Amino acid sequence: MQWETVIGLEVHLQLATHSKIFSGSPTTFGAEPNTQANAVDLGMPGMLPVLNEQAVRYAVMFGLGIEAEIGKRSVFDRKNYFYPDLPKGYQISQFQYPIVGRGHFEIQLEDGSTREIGITRAHLEEDAGKSLHEDFHGQSGIDLNRAGTPLLEIVSEPDIRSAAEAVAYLKALHSLVTYLGISDGNMAEGSMRCDINISLRPTGSDTLGTRAEIKNVNSFRFVEKAIHHEFERQADILEDGGKVVQETRLYDADRDETRSMRSKEVANDYRYFPEPDLLPVVIDDGYIEAIRSELPELPTDKRRRFMDQYGLGAYDAGVLVDNRELADYYEAVVAACGDAKIAANWVQVELLGQLNKNELEIGASPVSAEALGGLIQRILDNSISGKIAKQVFEAMWQGEGGADEIIEARGLKQVSDSGELEAMVDEVIAGSAAQVEQYLAADDAKRKKLVGYFVGQVMKLSKGQANPQMVNQLLAEKLK
Amino acid sequence: MHEKSVARLIAGLREKSFSSVELTRCYLDRIEALDGQYNSYISVDQNSALAAAEAADRQLAAGDASPLTGIPVAHKDIFCTAGMRTSCGSRMLDNFVPPYDATLIRRFNEQGAVILGKTNMDEFAMGSSNESSYYGAARNPWDTDRVPGGSSGGSAAAVAAGLAPAATGTDTGGSIRQPAAFCGITGLKPTYGRVSRLGMIAFASSLDQAGPMAHSAEDCALLLNAMAGQDPLDSTSSDQATEDYTARLGDSLEGLRIGLPKEYFGEGLEAATGERVDAALKQLEALGATLVEVSLPNSHLTIPTYYVIAPAEASTNLSRFDGVRYGHRCADPVDLHDLYTRTREEGFGDEVKRRILVGTYALSAGYYDAYYKKAQQVRRLIKQDFMACFEQADVLAGPTTPGPAFALGAKSDDPVSMYLEDVYTLAVNLAGLPGMSVPAGFVDDKPVGLQLIGRHFDEARLLNVAHQYQLATDWHLRQSPAMTGGAS
Repeated sequence: MQWETVIGLEVHLQLATHSKIFSGSPTTFGAEPNTQANAVDLGMPGMLPVLNEQAVRYAVMFGLGIEAEIGKRSVFDRKNYFYPDLPKGYQISQFQYPIVGRGHFEIQLEDGSTREIGITRAHLEEDAGKSLHEDFHGQSGIDLNRAGTPLLEIVSEPDIRSAAEAVAYLKALHSLVTYLGISDGNMAEGSMRCDINISLRPTGSDTLGTRAEIKNVNSFRFVEKAIHHEFERQADILEDGGKVVQETRLYDADRDETRSMRSKEVANDYRYFPEPDLLPVVIDDGYIEAIRSELPELPTDKRRRFMDQYGLGAYDAGVLVDNRELADYYEAVVAACGDAKIAANWVQVELLGQLNKNELEIGASPVSAEALGGLIQRILDNSISGKIAKQVFEAMWQGEGGADEIIEARGLKQVSDSGELEAMVDEVIAGSAAQVEQYLAADDAKRKKLVGYFVGQVMKLSKGQANPQMVNQLLAEKLK
Repeated sequence: MHEKSVARLIAGLREKSFSSVELTRCYLDRIEALDGQYNSYISVDQNSALAAAEAADRQLAAGDASPLTGIPVAHKDIFCTAGMRTSCGSRMLDNFVPPYDATLIRRFNEQGAVILGKTNMDEFAMGSSNESSYYGAARNPWDTDRVPGGSSGGSAAAVAAGLAPAATGTDTGGSIRQPAAFCGITGLKPTYGRVSRLGMIAFASSLDQAGPMAHSAEDCALLLNAMAGQDPLDSTSSDQATEDYTARLGDSLEGLRIGLPKEYFGEGLEAATGERVDAALKQLEALGATLVEVSLPNSHLTIPTYYVIAPAEASTNLSRFDGVRYGHRCADPVDLHDLYTRTREEGFGDEVKRRILVGTYALSAGYYDAYYKKAQQVRRLIKQDFMACFEQADVLAGPTTPGPAFALGAKSDDPVSMYLEDVYTLAVNLAGLPGMSVPAGFVDDKPVGLQLIGRHFDEARLLNVAHQYQLATDWHLRQSPAMTGGAS
């Protein structure tokens, strides 16, 4: 049977506030255990939460970014369960009245095509601490630095149909939240953690199958692998006539498998009820509109604009827009050189190639957008060929200076002097009697191929600096 | 000295009739000599009390004193005190020394008041007799075979026995007013949100409120001045402006409309107590007030509503006591489950466990709508009833309790009859209103209280009515045997 995969994702996004959601402790990553937890974070007796307004603002920014209904009156609830790294014995979360309601956004697949994915809701909550099991001689240690870090839990509709779409969704989400500046989106540090709800159904069916939830998958690659693996597991069960059990599973990256954590049938009863220590969060239109007016251009809009304004294809526009700084860089290159298509090529091929090779972020590029634009200008005004330009770029990357400086210092300026070129062309023709004969005997189609030999010889003679268009033109004239 | 009101002690300190050290010493000596009989304190730290008194004397001498500078105050052991054990009456926190002060404590400290000690209470404020305390029951200074009431029983007993001139308490369902009535003192539960809850160990967050307990309304006003006000660290504290709560004490009661909820005078109210309350109402009438009958038609739903909401909130408020970070931890836990279950089994007493169970049940999937949600709906109706009454009356009045203090042990095996003790006080918390208990006479030598209930943030009016009543009567001046006996 053909199976269709139905996937919904829950993403826990760490918001980039300076302090925690209900206390003044800092949220910096990587501090010594328990140095960033105060009496509130520790759940000390009599301590009370005070809501961080910045977290509310970030949640509203996200809501506007996905064109969602903003909860005008959202309510915090207590989610009750016992765990050593949950200091109060409950997590303050939002249950019935989340701050962000139904919304949607567009994802782009590898082939450049796009799809709309629905967002069910997004709500604010506090993170728990961490249990540490090493170096405690059979006991466990608790680090509460992370306890109280603001999270936005973003729940998608079951609109995702493949691992590739899931990854595209996460990339689009990453792009959106970093554009908004509400999270660093760093998966390795746990700023974006993903739970995958996945079920199968016969292709063409419109009822949902029983789902399994895979917890805490923390890289794009693992998301892809976990979904592939879970697809195989569920398909095997269904094809053997079995039933998928609704349960929570854990993805083990080392073994590349998912395994059962707990069955939902004996699931915790979280006993949600409104948090009496906090008032409902009331948001008025003025607050929302003030935030809306400050939103940056978002990835989807920017992608469309790049296609319209710069004549780029969907794929190229997608690559350039994915990262806000890269998009800004690209636009600065265009401004400097005036040719959007060549700029797109250079940014995607040469610049991204070097950045990836050196594992650098765009912000750390040794070649500025203006400098790259200057280099492209030299191609456009025929000072150098594209091939020479690559050499120059290499030198710029090494810090040898600007394009003009390097061209000058290395004497790379293209030979466009017709007298000089003519002499070279004559020299090559004179030394290639056999090839000339062959060329003259050939028909037009063959000549097009054979002329390459002469061009190559001239380029060789000029050390690559001859203007190829002019060489072609001269050859055409001389070989009549 | 120990017979004087706070108002007179303030004057005495300024007239240099005595120093804060002398005053503090007097109370510390009395506590040492007499508290064995009343068990009103859980912790007393003489050294820190005397050090605070010395500092207060310097402030007084320098002339930069606040009204309460040098005044000794006893605090219910529910308020966190930095460096001083805060047990909440529980074995769970027998070893707990907070590194921070509750906002209320900080405010008293900033005023230069002296912490005499931490008073006995029902465990986690759950009880109406002080018998659920891990430290044993406090005794009623009028009759040591009787309970002082609860949960702020230690604070009430300490004031009534002359072991503190004034005390703080907390009131979730009557825990200031009922012990005040039983011990013949004056107690005020302010409007919910009037006094910060930060550092006050939570029982039921939407009902808990701290307030003063003292001999007179005037003294309560002086204490409330120090306590009231918004706290940026308590989101539920109100931004409503505070006022000088002594300013309107002298206002006439002429034209005041006092509403008498008919449900508070029916079946269940003991006859002799009812007579005292009637006499008090006549006195208020004589002072110029008009009595009007009003009705709280949902009164009969008060107890079931309260006993869903309060335990529900308590059940999760008390989850943090898990043996992981502070407080009691069972010996040698074999695993996490063992750590949780034995720690909590050993650390909590029966009444606390009962309420955790009830509250957990009420919040459980499948029961939430029938219990917790329904209770919140009824709570709104109860509040609306009060709002309707306040269209006809400026304050409401009635008994604080159905009868005077009962004997130790009389109700400790019967939780429901214990819960009925609070039948007249619970609704005030559900509605978030301010309420007071004022001494209104005696039944067989045992004090009974008149309850006054005000509009939200109308504490000044309640204190005014109580003060005018106290100018015309002397019930609040009557001294318990403990007061007249014992050390100096």
